[in-house]
Amino acid sequence: MDLVDFARGPALKAAFIIFILGIVWRIVNVLLLRHKRILSEPRRSVGAALLAGLKGTGSRSWPHPEFIKRTVTGEALGYSYHIGLFIVILLFAPHIIFFGSFIGARWPALPNSVVTIFAVITLTLFVAVLARRLGHPVLRRLSNFDDFFSWFVVALLLVSGLMATAHVGAPYHTILGLHILSFDLLLIWYPFGKLMHAFYIFPTRAVDGYVMTRKGAPS
Amino acid sequence: MGRPDLEPTIGELLDRHGVSRRSFFKYCTAMASLLALPPLAARALASQLRSAQRPSVIYLSFQECTGCLESFTRSFAPTIENLIFNVISLDYDDTLMAAAGAQAEQAREQAMRSHYGKYLLVVDGAVPTGDGGVYHCAAGRTGLDILTECAKGAAAVVCVGTCASFGGLPFADPNPTGARAISTLVPDKPVVNVSGCPPIPEVIAGTLLQYVSSGRVPDLDAHLRPTVFYGNSIHDRCYRRPFYDQGKFAKTFDDEGARSGWCLYELGCKGPTTYNACATLKWNNAVSFPIQSGHPCLGCAEPDFWDRGSFYSPIPSPRWGKAGEVSPAQAGDIAAGAAVAGAAIGLGSVMLARQRIKRYQRQPPQQSEPRNEE
Repeated sequence: MDLVDFARGPALKAAFIIFILGIVWRIVNVLLLRHKRILSEPRRSVGAALLAGLKGTGSRSWPHPEFIKRTVTGEALGYSYHIGLFIVILLFAPHIIFFGSFIGARWPALPNSVVTIFAVITLTLFVAVLARRLGHPVLRRLSNFDDFFSWFVVALLLVSGLMATAHVGAPYHTILGLHILSFDLLLIWYPFGKLMHAFYIFPTRAVDGYVMTRKGAPS
Repeated sequence: MGRPDLEPTIGELLDRHGVSRRSFFKYCTAMASLLALPPLAARALASQLRSAQRPSVIYLSFQECTGCLESFTRSFAPTIENLIFNVISLDYDDTLMAAAGAQAEQAREQAMRSHYGKYLLVVDGAVPTGDGGVYHCAAGRTGLDILTECAKGAAAVVCVGTCASFGGLPFADPNPTGARAISTLVPDKPVVNVSGCPPIPEVIAGTLLQYVSSGRVPDLDAHLRPTVFYGNSIHDRCYRRPFYDQGKFAKTFDDEGARSGWCLYELGCKGPTTYNACATLKWNNAVSFPIQSGHPCLGCAEPDFWDRGSFYSPIPSPRWGKAGEVSPAQAGDIAAGAAVAGAAIGLGSVMLARQRIKRYQRQPPQQSEPRNEE
């Protein structure tokens, strides 16, 4: 068994199992742990609070006007590389084949050259994000292993993917194996690091919106 | 002037057969081009080839289908007759030679005695080693025995085809005969793998010619293949590559994309992971090659190509176990199992956490140490 067969075979299977198991484990934890009761007198109805919570998932995705001057760099970098990742991961033909195998569907791809340009831009933004984290006095003190390792796992995937596309560094077969292995690493790390925010971010915004609205605060 | 005490050189033989100087130079120019040598190298090649003696070649066949030899006989440059009459001295090949039985074996033994340490051993097919090697016998001896004997006095071993190079079909799981690649059985001789199922005829002939003209094995890659022929992937040299770059793929064998000649990547083409000269030298005197004929590359020049699932499964497809490509149902079953396990672990950890909280709440509040007011 060579590197590619190992990476897309037993390693991918194990990583996929850990990924699903870890995500369900953490979501169950969050749902079943005791939550503080809302002791405040309800100011708004449950229906209105639910609606406000739902609205909050969208409205909170945009920077607050009062703070926009201070947060614009982070927001712009964050949005840009998330869009780049979305394009690279979901609109590259080999990736569509890969994910299509799991869900039994395929969708149109972008030309490889377009995806490659987005991948280069995304990687550049990733480097900028790291530089900002290291250069910003507050961010640097807030950062821990999770921040850096999560960055490393995604950056590794981007770098190995670009190397496979450009056929540099080693024979394509070897680089492809490393690329798939780095995806396996991402799947394993995903539920246990900050990458899990993809599953938490919108439900937590909705819950916050609901709670605040019930208490009478505008969400 | 001839040298009666020595075997004739290739140049002397060509003169004897009335091959003109012009024809010989045309031939050498074509060979230099085939070997990707610079234009001036044709002159050096001609000089080396004229002064070289024809090496004795012993061609052994083991677990194979004779497809490689069939391919070899279709070489256009150099032609098989030119190669075996002028460039090499094919002293033993049980398929091509007129002699049979004891006479054929005597010819092999004679060639081995006369050219001990100098002859070239060409091997076609994997060698079975299971059960004492009984799955291939010739002249009452096992293939393993014949190979060991012949390899002992060989200057180098050229493995023709994927079976000889990497085990090929006989080596495929479950490999009931214990078939093995030649390089694993001949550890003490230079081995050149000319892989492919079959290899391109010009690649076989060109490798032999390169050995004859230079007197040494050519530069090899990690799989012991001549880099001059196996240095690039088929994908890199494929005329359909621009369609891959544009994201234009044939989805089925008869759709608009297939008729338009779009990339066959989604139909399982192994071009990106296969290193061979199919896209440049092509087949049948450079008429076509499988991808040009509308079929994906099978990856036949790579090790274990029979054991890599369906030929029509795209390269990025996940493969879990022998069943091959992952199906959505299989992925769903595994995900469901993992989700149940995750939920159970989550539930268990929540219960433990709640017990810890209860224990903590039952404990009497600890009094803090009086602070030193100094």
